[in-house]
Amino acid sequence: MRSIIDKDSKVIVQGITGREGTVHTALMLAYGTKIVGGITPGKGGQEVYGVPVYDHVAEAVNRHGANTSIIFVPAAYARDAVIESIEAGIKTIVPITEGIPLKDTVEFIAMANEKDDVVIVGPNNPGVINPPHGVKVGIMPNHIFKPGNVGIVSRSGTLTYEIAWHITCAGMGQSTCVGIGGDPITGLNFIQLLEMFRDDDSTEGIVIIGEIGGNAEELAAEYIKETNYKKPVVAYIAGRSAPPEKRMGHAGAIVMGSMGSAQSKIEAFAAVGVAIAEKPGDTVSLLKQKMGQGNG
Amino acid sequence: MKLFEYQAKNILKKYGINVPRGHVITNPDDIEDLVQEIGLPLVLKSQVLVAGRGKSGGILFAENAGEAGEHSQKLIGSKIKGSLVSSLLVEEKLDVTEQLYASVSVDRQTKKYVILASKSGGVDIEEIAKSSPENISRYWVNPVTGFSAAEATKMLASLGIDGDDGSALAAVIYTLYRVAIDYDAELVETNPLVKTSFGVLVAADARIIVDDNALFRHPEFHENSLHRVDDTTREAEARLLKLTYVDLDGDIGIIGNGAGLVMATIDMVQLFGGRPGNFLDMGGGAQTDIIKRGVIFVMAKPEVKAVLINIMGGITRCDVVASGIIAGLNEAKEKKPVVVRMMGTNDVEGTRILNQSGITTYPNMEEAVAEVLKK
Repeated sequence: MRSIIDKDSKVIVQGITGREGTVHTALMLAYGTKIVGGITPGKGGQEVYGVPVYDHVAEAVNRHGANTSIIFVPAAYARDAVIESIEAGIKTIVPITEGIPLKDTVEFIAMANEKDDVVIVGPNNPGVINPPHGVKVGIMPNHIFKPGNVGIVSRSGTLTYEIAWHITCAGMGQSTCVGIGGDPITGLNFIQLLEMFRDDDSTEGIVIIGEIGGNAEELAAEYIKETNYKKPVVAYIAGRSAPPEKRMGHAGAIVMGSMGSAQSKIEAFAAVGVAIAEKPGDTVSLLKQKMGQGNG
Repeated sequence: MKLFEYQAKNILKKYGINVPRGHVITNPDDIEDLVQEIGLPLVLKSQVLVAGRGKSGGILFAENAGEAGEHSQKLIGSKIKGSLVSSLLVEEKLDVTEQLYASVSVDRQTKKYVILASKSGGVDIEEIAKSSPENISRYWVNPVTGFSAAEATKMLASLGIDGDDGSALAAVIYTLYRVAIDYDAELVETNPLVKTSFGVLVAADARIIVDDNALFRHPEFHENSLHRVDDTTREAEARLLKLTYVDLDGDIGIIGNGAGLVMATIDMVQLFGGRPGNFLDMGGGAQTDIIKRGVIFVMAKPEVKAVLINIMGGITRCDVVASGIIAGLNEAKEKKPVVVRMMGTNDVEGTRILNQSGITTYPNMEEAVAEVLKK
């Protein structure tokens, strides 16, 4: 799989004139991201921090060769925004928006899958950051990250920051951090990211941040076993003390019957040699141990 | 959001699926009229949202008027698995020859709607999947091209259901799919779907779970969504205040931003020997007002003796949170010790605001958790 973002990514911001769109355009520019355009229907011709605003995604693709989109539009319009990007030829689509109806997500992910080489990261996620390339398509705080060799893939935004910060404080850094999103259905999943990190020479250790709900972690564990995954992997799973049948903030974070408990995920990972962190901060010492050994 | 059985059945009925003749009552004495209207024997079904209500005595059969009266007195006002029964669905008892299963749900793994059908209905589908997986037919719907009655017919052929039976069941299955799409449902299930001695398919039970994220498109569920019987009293209040809140049974109040971080916080409190009293996620980009409401709300829970606020700023700005915390503490009726962990976007300013008001902040989560457990 190709890298999701790099220094050549030409990014557009859908919903650039909204509150979050504007704030994060400034923060992404400050980090070094090449933002070639913003999209807000009816506001074409304006500028936001020097970024030209267009009515339609296709205009930004035609004029600037945009290939990556970050989406801040409200949940009710997010489906249309994603589909507009798919149809305009955008290759990496990052819907940050929380609260998108499941039916809409099912639809736009299927449409993306019909095209070659279109990836959706999210929805309901913090985006992607690549510190070595100085590029982020996301909302994560810039100063927490440092170029390094640890890849992070996570279902949670703030927990990604938490663990990235521990890694940075320990004098290590990150290669790429990807928030796959807290919804029951997301575009990229753990397995595709594990595949990407395997082929990425700048990544030497991986942290998986999982949580209750669904079976994405169990499937990742199976993948690690079946492919005899060589790079060291550490996992932290949130929600050990969550009661069953209650949605814990994320739409996808719910234990249903016997499905989706933290225990099941921890056992699945432990069984295939993934080191389990009891606390977010423990990921660092586990990474150091495993990476010191050369391989997992 | 889970709908009650009677609500689910009303929807299926509207779409042309047969459901038993019946009525909802909230007053036990109203059963007398129904004995006349529906006739005997009757089924009295507690309208609760917990699973397994039949095994817990929530469904009773009445052969005569006396039994019907006794059962309705017994069920209304009782608790089934901790859930209060405030209404009964009273229905005709069907003469059943076969019990089937049919459902439409969203499959997280394949990212598609999946249709399930089985000839072994009346028991938990997970049990059927374990004991006789060959009796379940699954069909994953292509989200772009959709689903049709012809495809429903095909999936039934693999179960050996064809001819008139096949067409009748295919029609029901296709209708369930339309309901799922029209109502933004995560699950539409009828179990059992029964065949009666007249050879007719009837949805003897029905469950619908509506996607919470899609409720804005369904104003008909607005009242429902604000008053959910599976909420605790405090969870119901929190919902009205637009707070993402779950009750837990400990004494440390927990507030944070981001679902994963708040889960990690309750886990760490537990790991360090404490007992979290709640889960409250302020979400990304929280503004002063909602933080203020959250602080007041958690402080007001009688069991809570100290509050831990864990903020890792990203889309959330620490200075905004700090102002919200101060506003909340100023308005909270009962003052309880507060420990704040603050890190991320604008944390220097946020820390300054809190320190000025005499609140100590910690940049490290483990230190903050250890500190709140000393309170």
